[in-house]
Amino acid sequence: MTVVAAARGVTKRFAPRGPAALDDVTLEIAAGRVTGLVGPDGAGKTTLIRILAGLLRPQSGQVEVLGGPAGAMAGDVGYMPQRFGLYEDLSVRQNLTLYAELRGLPRAEHDAVFDRLLAFTDLKRFQGRLAGQLSGGMKQKLGLACALVRTPRLLLLDEPSVGVDPISRRELWSMVGALVDEGIGVLWSTAYLDEAERCAEVCLLNAGRRLFAGRPADLTQRAAGRVFRLEAFAGGKRDVLARTLNRPEVSDGTLQGRSVRLVMAAGEGAPSPKLFAAGEGARVIPANPRFEDGFVDILGGAGKGTSALAATYAEAPRGEGPAIEARALTKRFGEFTAAQDISLNVARGEIFGLLGPNGAGKSTTFKMLCGLLTPTSGQGFVAGRGFAASGASARSRLGYMAQKFSLYGDLSVAQNLAFFAGVYGLRGAKARARTEALVEIFDLSRYLPDNAGALPLGYKQRLALACAVMHEPPVLFLDEPTSGVDPITRREFWTHINGLVERGVSVLVTTHFMDEAEYCDRIALIYRAREIATGTPDALRAQAAALTGAADPTMEDAFIALIEAADMAREQAAA
Amino acid sequence: MTVFSLRRLAALTVKEVVQIGRDPSTLLIAFVLPLILMVLFGYGVSLDTARTRVGLALEDDSAAAVGLAESYQNSRWFDVTMAHAVAPLRRELVAGRIRAVIVIPADFGGGRARGRTPPVEVITDGSEPNTASFVAAYAEGVRAAWAGERRPRVRIEPRFWFNPELKSRFFLVPGAMAIVMTMIGTLLTALVVAREWERGTTEALFATPITMLEFLISKLAPYFVLGLISMSLCAIFAVTVFGLPFRGSPLTLLAIASAFLVPALGQGLFISAATRNQFVASQIALLSAFLPALLLSGFLFEISSMPAPIQWLTYAIPARYLIPPLSTVFLAGDLWDLILPDIFAMLGFGVLFFALAFRFTRKRLD
Repeated sequence: MTVVAAARGVTKRFAPRGPAALDDVTLEIAAGRVTGLVGPDGAGKTTLIRILAGLLRPQSGQVEVLGGPAGAMAGDVGYMPQRFGLYEDLSVRQNLTLYAELRGLPRAEHDAVFDRLLAFTDLKRFQGRLAGQLSGGMKQKLGLACALVRTPRLLLLDEPSVGVDPISRRELWSMVGALVDEGIGVLWSTAYLDEAERCAEVCLLNAGRRLFAGRPADLTQRAAGRVFRLEAFAGGKRDVLARTLNRPEVSDGTLQGRSVRLVMAAGEGAPSPKLFAAGEGARVIPANPRFEDGFVDILGGAGKGTSALAATYAEAPRGEGPAIEARALTKRFGEFTAAQDISLNVARGEIFGLLGPNGAGKSTTFKMLCGLLTPTSGQGFVAGRGFAASGASARSRLGYMAQKFSLYGDLSVAQNLAFFAGVYGLRGAKARARTEALVEIFDLSRYLPDNAGALPLGYKQRLALACAVMHEPPVLFLDEPTSGVDPITRREFWTHINGLVERGVSVLVTTHFMDEAEYCDRIALIYRAREIATGTPDALRAQAAALTGAADPTMEDAFIALIEAADMAREQAAA
Repeated sequence: MTVFSLRRLAALTVKEVVQIGRDPSTLLIAFVLPLILMVLFGYGVSLDTARTRVGLALEDDSAAAVGLAESYQNSRWFDVTMAHAVAPLRRELVAGRIRAVIVIPADFGGGRARGRTPPVEVITDGSEPNTASFVAAYAEGVRAAWAGERRPRVRIEPRFWFNPELKSRFFLVPGAMAIVMTMIGTLLTALVVAREWERGTTEALFATPITMLEFLISKLAPYFVLGLISMSLCAIFAVTVFGLPFRGSPLTLLAIASAFLVPALGQGLFISAATRNQFVASQIALLSAFLPALLLSGFLFEISSMPAPIQWLTYAIPARYLIPPLSTVFLAGDLWDLILPDIFAMLGFGVLFFALAFRFTRKRLD
């Protein structure tokens, strides 16, 4: 095994007294394999990659890249930053030419290399198009092509799969697989834990520290023999999940369609279904451990299953109609149709998921439903109130958590809470009581005087949720609420949401995470502005199984199968 | 790794040129804005006093008083409304329809005959102090000229060299060219490096073997050429449309413009490298380059009439050294002993800014 790059004992601080972005981290990248740099947002992945690319200098530790100091062998290192580094006002081919010249690819080889890369990335048809007009997935591939224009010995990829739908993600992996076969050493950083399992070696970072390094299977093995599925139980799935998480014997639990996936605490064997009072027919069957199980295990297991937020929350009123309703929502931007005839309704106490590739129209649908965009035609209702007629009344009944951090970064936590209490019309003793309760529930007291922008990511998330539920709205809109956060915070978040739903709150959520889709009661799959499938996660999986013939598909398999079927149907209709 | 590669430089420069070509706002600033500014300063702003509306209260009907009144009426500076008393004119003055009232007093002719000419009174509208003092001075000038004709002793015939009609357009247009080059040189370059930082393209770029020198030159060369092109456009426009004389040679003009672009581009690059943010960069460029060039270069306000501390400050404004040689090359000719010191001053500033820009642009992100 040849080591092409190594960082040993690297520490990096951005402010002299600030927290360490990287704290004594060691990493080795070997030729001919994919080394995964895995961890939630803010773990230090980008900092480490930039150090290897020679763009940052650490305070201490040694860095060696291709036998020299970082940055010295720039010609042999391919680097794709998170924002691709493409020139959006240059065409695909001009971008390739620029990087070929900068990396000193002999001119005679240009055409042959470009042909190969364009075929490899399937961008041949688009070489004249401006990079800014490519879709997210295509930009990703072009960024990769630019990094590969002169075959590197080391390839650094900073979160290449962020914001890329599962189909493009699969393609990207197979492209990188081909490079590894040529002997290139690849560093692939990701916040998706399921990607770790595809790497030969992983380095798991959390809050600047290395938690694990080695083969991913070794981490996964930590949970071996402790993972089970609880099936066919009586009662509500969220209720059962909360009960299992509250048992000391259980380390971690998640929903998976109509079953609950359990990781038992160390030393525990298979649990009896009786432990969870899950009814007569309940069965416990062993399941395969995953990388995430090992990660959660290192972090000490998931928290309790009862939400303190839900305990204080006002029971959502029982109305006649659905909590959220879309009637043939259509949005056109000029010639372009972003959403076409979307109809759905979300019942009281239901979690409804919107899934779909980037640019499919799920954000547009979402924004029309919470009154941020006016539909071209059709109507949206929240708690029976239409935005067209009674927008303010509809808005006062919903809580909204935006995909990007949308609080005031230069106000303190306390000021943000006070601001949102005011915005939602809470005053005096009531506002104080509600704010204090939220501070207690989300454990924000030690951060109260700090600027919200400087909080650790997990706490930003908590604060955002606290602000969104300030006025105890019966309807919640969550736009990719947990992308990038660590698995413990994610579980805590879903415990709150599950608890609220038990109080009758209705939730509309968009997500890229397939395991988040599992928490939904029903899902609508949006593709090319249309709703191509709607149903429970189990029903969608069954639909996909019928299409492909594969037994027990994952949510991601189902997603891909349904989209491919929609593509096929469209092509047939066109022919 | 080579320290400098022409091939990489060429690739970067081509990229920059393609980007300029695709960016409508850059083209607008480089080609349309200069023409708008030229028209604005050439036609819209004029420091000449055109005919000012004044009232004339003729309280005397002697031959001398009427003769003076005729001098006012015939003056090219005034558009006179006649009356025989101040009262009716007062209302006009308050309403702003006239700017001043000139009073030829009742005993003007009689007093003059006795050798004690009573003074002509000028009542001005103090709410517009500039106009008021202009009018007062010109009114006195007309009176003095009239008195001089009556008793000729010495005839003074004023004669102006280089700009015989004292058209303000003739010195405003070279000034406008200085403003245009400041815009292109400093404002545009202040944006370009900051834009790369903001869009995250520096990250991919700095991970390639390029050197800082190649990067900076590729940023400068296209804007240097762009600055010269739009300066030439302005010069052609000035001569053909405004009828400015051009007494020097085009090469001298190019030399002066090139010398000025060195500090202008250097300042832009320095701002861009230090801020890494387009919004902040454009604000700083406006405050540190555009406004000083407009206010402190001698373009709109004469430096010699500024308070001393402000006069010292003007020595730190590169545009201050551009306007005199520009005026020289247009109105006087290739007077190298006047032009060269200014050129050296501009190059000196250029070296300073480049040193700063180079210090602040590093091939690293922290």
